[in-house]
Amino acid sequence: MIAYLGRRLIQSALILLGVSLITFALLYLLPADPVRQIAGRSATPQTVENIRQQLGLDQPFIVQYWRYLTKLVSGDLGRSYIQRSEVTELIVSRLPASLLLMVGAILCELLIGLSMGLIAAVKRGTATDQTLMVASFVGVSAPQFVVGLLLLYVFAVRLSWFPIGGYGTWRHLVLPSLTMGILGAGWYARMMRSSMIDVLRQDYVRTARAKGLARGAIIFRHALPNAILPVIAMIGIDIGIFMGGIVVVESVFGWPGIGQLAWQAIQRVDIPIIMGVTLVSAFAIVLGNLLADIIAPFIDPRIKLR
Amino acid sequence: MKKFLASTVAASALALMLGMASARAEDTIDPNAKQGGEIIATYKDDVTTLDPAIGYDWQNWSMIKSLFDGLMDYEPGTTKLKPDLAESYEISPDGKTFTFKLRHGVKFHNGREMTADDVKYSLDRVTNPKTQSPGAGFFGSIKGYDDVAAGKAQSLSGVTVVDPYTVKFELSRPDATFLHVMAINFSHVVPKEEVEKYGADFGKHPVGTGAFKLAEWTLGQRIVFVRNPDYWHKGLPHLDKITFEVGQEPIVALLRLQKGEIDLPLDGIPPAKFQEVMSDPEQKARVVEGGQLHTGYITMNTTMPPFDNVKVRQAVNMAINKARIIQIINGRAVPANQPLPPSMPAYDKAFAGYPYDVAKAKALLAEAGHPDGFDTQLFAMNTDPNPRIAQAIQQDLAAIGIKASIQALAQANVIAAGGDKAGAPMIWSGGMGWIADFPDPSNFYGPILGCAGAVPGGWNWSWYCNKDLDAKAAEADSIVDPAKSEQRYKMWSDIYAKIMADAPWAPVFNEQRFTMKSARMGGADNLYVDPVHVPINYDNVYVKDVQ
Repeated sequence: MIAYLGRRLIQSALILLGVSLITFALLYLLPADPVRQIAGRSATPQTVENIRQQLGLDQPFIVQYWRYLTKLVSGDLGRSYIQRSEVTELIVSRLPASLLLMVGAILCELLIGLSMGLIAAVKRGTATDQTLMVASFVGVSAPQFVVGLLLLYVFAVRLSWFPIGGYGTWRHLVLPSLTMGILGAGWYARMMRSSMIDVLRQDYVRTARAKGLARGAIIFRHALPNAILPVIAMIGIDIGIFMGGIVVVESVFGWPGIGQLAWQAIQRVDIPIIMGVTLVSAFAIVLGNLLADIIAPFIDPRIKLR
Repeated sequence: MKKFLASTVAASALALMLGMASARAEDTIDPNAKQGGEIIATYKDDVTTLDPAIGYDWQNWSMIKSLFDGLMDYEPGTTKLKPDLAESYEISPDGKTFTFKLRHGVKFHNGREMTADDVKYSLDRVTNPKTQSPGAGFFGSIKGYDDVAAGKAQSLSGVTVVDPYTVKFELSRPDATFLHVMAINFSHVVPKEEVEKYGADFGKHPVGTGAFKLAEWTLGQRIVFVRNPDYWHKGLPHLDKITFEVGQEPIVALLRLQKGEIDLPLDGIPPAKFQEVMSDPEQKARVVEGGQLHTGYITMNTTMPPFDNVKVRQAVNMAINKARIIQIINGRAVPANQPLPPSMPAYDKAFAGYPYDVAKAKALLAEAGHPDGFDTQLFAMNTDPNPRIAQAIQQDLAAIGIKASIQALAQANVIAAGGDKAGAPMIWSGGMGWIADFPDPSNFYGPILGCAGAVPGGWNWSWYCNKDLDAKAAEADSIVDPAKSEQRYKMWSDIYAKIMADAPWAPVFNEQRFTMKSARMGGADNLYVDPVHVPINYDNVYVKDVQ
C-alpha cells in the first residue's frame, strides 16, 4: 500500500511537471507579447524594454521556466500582468466559490443521475427506461452555455424562483449546480443503470427474491448498496469534467470562481493567471484520480492496489 | 463665495498680465440633483486595478477618476478642460513653463492634506520604470523625463515644488497637450505613505482625494464605493453608495435591469437584444446615445506591395460600403471619412472624403496595374461582430477584384501581426480601434499614424511615415496659447486631410455609445455618455427617488 502510494505520488508529480512544461511552452510560443500588453499603446520602446527586463522576459525559455518552477515550489505563482495582484491570492480568493459549486453539482448529479439509473434498471425495457435513457443522452450532449441560459430564463426571469445570477445564498447555488449537474447526471444514469442491472442478475438477489422478500427491500437493501458503490467511486474522475465546465457555467451565472478568473485571463492574455489556474486544475484532477484509485479497493474488494 | 471671487479676479488679472492663463471653472452642480441614495452597476469582467498609474482600460478609467483627482479635469459630460485640484494655472509665453496653484484644504481619504509634494511624488512615481506604468510615455515633454525613464534619476528635474500650494513644470519643448496630460488618470495624485504601505497592491487599496472612497472589494464579486464626506467639491458626489457587481454577463445584466434589480448595466446592451430594446418605447426612453472618441478603420500596410501604391489604397477607400457595415452592427455607429471622430476638436465637417464608388475604384486599381485585382489577407479580431464586419469588407473588396482571405484571430495576435512590418497587409481595427486618451486631435496621430508608431511592436499598422507631417504635427503642438487653439486645430485638420490623400487607412465608422439605465437614475444625458469619464460620470449622476 505504502509503496503503491509512493509510486502514485511520484507519478502525479511528474504529470504536474509535464502539464506545467507544456502550458508554459504553449504560452511562451503565443505570438502575443505580454510586455506590449502591460506597457500599453502609448509606451516608448525604452519603456517596453525596461518592463521586459524587470519581468525577466528577455531571458531564454529554459531560464524563464526554471525561474517559474523554483518559485512554484515555494507556492509563488507570480503576479498577474494585468491586475498586478498575486496569482495565489486571486486563486485562493476564488477557490471556495468553485468548490462550493462543485459540491452542489455533485449533489445534483448524484441525486438526479442515480435515481434515473435506478428507475431505468428496475423498469428495464419499458417505455420509462427508454425515455430516461434518451433524457440522459440529451443531458450529456446539451451545451452547458445553452442549458444555463435556459434555466436562468425559465426559473429566474419568468418564475422568479431563483436570483438571476450572482453569489451568496443557497438560492444562488441551485441553478449553476443544476446546469453542471445535468451533464454528469446523464453519465451517472447510464452507469447506475448498467451497474444495477448487473447486480439484479446476481445470485444473492435471486436468493433474496426466492426467500420471498418484498421488491422494495430487495432493491433498496440488497441491490442498491452494491450497485451504487462503484458508481460513486467515479466522482474523483469527474473532477476533470468539472474543471472544463466551470469556465462556461461560472461565466453564465456570474459565479466568482476560478473558471471565471481563467476565462477573463484568457481574453486578456494574462499568462501568470492562465498558468496558475491550469496548474491548480491539473492538481485537482490528479488528486481526484488518485483518491478514486485509493478508495476503489475499499469499496470493491476485487480491486487490488499494485 | 468671497474667496472664489478673489481667486477669479486674481487669475484674470494674471491672465491680463501674462496674456495667457485661465481662471478656475465655474461650479457645475445640477440644481435638480437630489442628494443620497444607492445604486447597483454591473460589469462582466472583474476590475483589474484602481491604481491611477496602472489602470488603462475603459472599465476602470472612470472609477479611478472618481477615487482620485488630477490638477485638471473636464466639465462633466464635455471635452472642455477645467482646473480641478489646481485652483488656477499660468503658462509662460514660450509655452514651456506651467505653474499650478493648488486648492487649499483638499484631503486624501486618509485625512491628510494634499500638497504640492504629493503632486511631484505622483509624477515621479508614474514615470519611474519600476512602476511599469503604461502611461509613462505621456510625460515625455517634462524636463528630466529621459533620465527617469532610463533609470538614471529618481525624480523629474522639471517638476519643482515652489511652496506647499504651488507646483511648477518645466518642459523640454512647448506642448499644447500638456493641460490634457495633467487631466489624464496617470497624473492623478496619490499619497506617498499609502503607496509605500501597500506597495504593488496599492491598486487594490486605492487612497485618493476623489469624490468616492473604496469601502469594499471582494475579488470577483463586488466593489463598493461610498461617498467621501470631505470631498473638496461641495455638493458632490450626489450618490451615497455605488455597488459594482462584477462577473455579470451583459445578457444577464439586461434581464436584471428589466426586473428592476440593478440600475446600470455598464457593458451595454448585448447586440442580440439591441433591436428588441430599441423597439420598446418604454425601454428605449432609458437608453442614452452619444458619440465617443473612437474610429474604426481598415489599415493598409504602405510598405507592402501592392498597398505601397497610393492608388490601390484609394481604390479600397472607394470600395467600402460603410452604410452596409453599420447595418451589421444595428446602426450603432456613424460613417467615418477621416481619422478623427466627430466629437473631437479639429474634426473637419466640410471634408468630403472618398465616395463609395465601385466603378471608380476599379478604374483606380486598373491604373495602378491591377485590372484583375490581387490576392491579399485581411486580419480581424475574432469576437463578434468583427468577423461579420470583415466578411462585409471581404465582399466589398471582391466587387473590385481584390480577393482577401480573412484571418480572424485573438486580439493580442492581431495586435502582434500589426506591429510586425511583414505581418499583416490589411487589418480591420474593430475591437482594438483607437479610442482617444484625451480629447485632443494630436492623440490620433503620433502612435497610430506618425513615424514614431511605425516601429516593431507599434500601433501604426499602416507603417505610414510622412516626415513632413511629423514636422507639421510638432509645429502644431508647439502652439500652447489657448487663445490660438483654433489656429492649432486648423493645422491639425490639414494634417488629417493630407493623410487621407495618402490613404493609409480606410476609415469606416465612429462607434456610438448606448448606455441603458434604470428609470430612477437622474442627471443630464451627457453624463451617461461622458466623452472623458468613460463609461459614465459617477460623481454627477443621482437617483430621483430619495428624500
